[in-house]
Amino acid sequence: MGFKEFCFKKSLWLFHFGGASCNNCDIEILDCLTPRYDVERFGMLLVGSIRHADVLLVNGSINQKDKKRLLEIYHQAPKPILVVAIGACGCTGGIFAEGNTFAGPVDKIIPVDAYIPGCPPKPEAILAGIVKLLNKKPEQHKSA
Amino acid sequence: MLKDLFYYIIYPGFLFVAVSGGILAWFDRKITAWLQFRKGPPFLQPFYDFFKLLLVKETILPAKGSKITFLLAPVFSLTGALLAGLLILLPVLNIKSGFSGDIIVIFYLLTIPSLTYIIGALASGNPLAAVGASREMKLIVSYELTFLLIIAAIILKANMSIKLNEILLVQEDSPFIGSISGVLLFIVAVFTVQAKLGLVPFDMAEAETEITHGFFIEYSGTPYAFIKLAKYSMLFILPVFLCSLFLGGLQFNGLNILWSVLKLLGIVLLLTLIRNTNPRVRIDQAMRFFFVWMNLLVIIAIVLILFGL
Ligand code: SF4
Repeated sequence: MGFKEFCFKKSLWLFHFGGASCNNCDIEILDCLTPRYDVERFGMLLVGSIRHADVLLVNGSINQKDKKRLLEIYHQAPKPILVVAIGACGCTGGIFAEGNTFAGPVDKIIPVDAYIPGCPPKPEAILAGIVKLLNKKPEQHKSA
Repeated sequence: MLKDLFYYIIYPGFLFVAVSGGILAWFDRKITAWLQFRKGPPFLQPFYDFFKLLLVKETILPAKGSKITFLLAPVFSLTGALLAGLLILLPVLNIKSGFSGDIIVIFYLLTIPSLTYIIGALASGNPLAAVGASREMKLIVSYELTFLLIIAAIILKANMSIKLNEILLVQEDSPFIGSISGVLLFIVAVFTVQAKLGLVPFDMAEAETEITHGFFIEYSGTPYAFIKLAKYSMLFILPVFLCSLFLGGLQFNGLNILWSVLKLLGIVLLLTLIRNTNPRVRIDQAMRFFFVWMNLLVIIAIVLILFGL
């Protein structure tokens, strides 16, 4: 692992994109930042601007209107960017998969690096997913 | 010549300021984490952040905006911060005595980072950045007068000498903090430094939750790394400046190292505590705070100095 790769993995800044979510996943993501779970241990920070982000967390079902926004956000992000789909909605569509405004799970729209299933996933599951993302070999990252 | 280069680039110039600034940035984040009962980031975290931004991330230029100004602003902010650091540290560490009037040059150089952030934000063409820039402008207008008054009071206290070295010599056996006027001035100076650093009660220009990083919103990659470095340097330089104005400066020899480091950490701890126990104020509240209350305190302090207290 080179120096660049090491620094990148030690300082992942998160940007949170909420689609048409039922809000449970959003709350669980925020839970990761609370004293009990504290992802700042791994150098992760929640940032407000996509220009600073290294990880794009997508949760909630993506409908027709969100699709445009998600694509725009993804193209605005400085590369390399990792995408994590959180929750059943992000991974597959979950209970909204049959809806008539549903525009496909996240990986139909943009390349996804990690999936964290659950409805909603527990903060422990999100942490486990993040650790898996950190241990992934660089060449396994989708060409983002 | 070679010795001068060593001063400028390694110690106490560029490298020293950047590394100590990074360490203080870690200290600030760690104390914040402890106050919130968290564990906090690892020791080298600011350096990881910096190198990630510098080496790994892509730099995106604004499509509608002045690209050259956008890119040059962070360079100038870093230059201003490091030059101010050099001018402060050379007399403080007793390497060179500086020149007469250097305290006024330092005052101007310390304004450069905030000014260049504004220029860079306005060059990016982003409306939220423009909001941040206008807020920062109002903030500068409000705290700069107070800062100037503090420096004037210090000059008055130091028998009208405008040389940092002489101000330090006057404080040799009794630092300025030991008098009533000194205490008043120190309180005001801490708040001014808080506003200069853009820490929480006065971070409305950066307000993450309402205007998403305000004037840094469009910065990514290398320019943002420069901004981070400028911020780290300011986090080191301004406490050193406070130390030299009120606490009798820093000595880096023998056991004095420990005492100097403690002084620095104490000031940063104070700033961190203020930042963690206060909500963000509105811009009009900040202006009233500085224009009315802080200026009043400084003027009381100046009157006290005239009476020799
Ligand atoms: S995965 Fe479940 S909890 Fe998460 S947004 Fe979808 S429905 Fe809500």
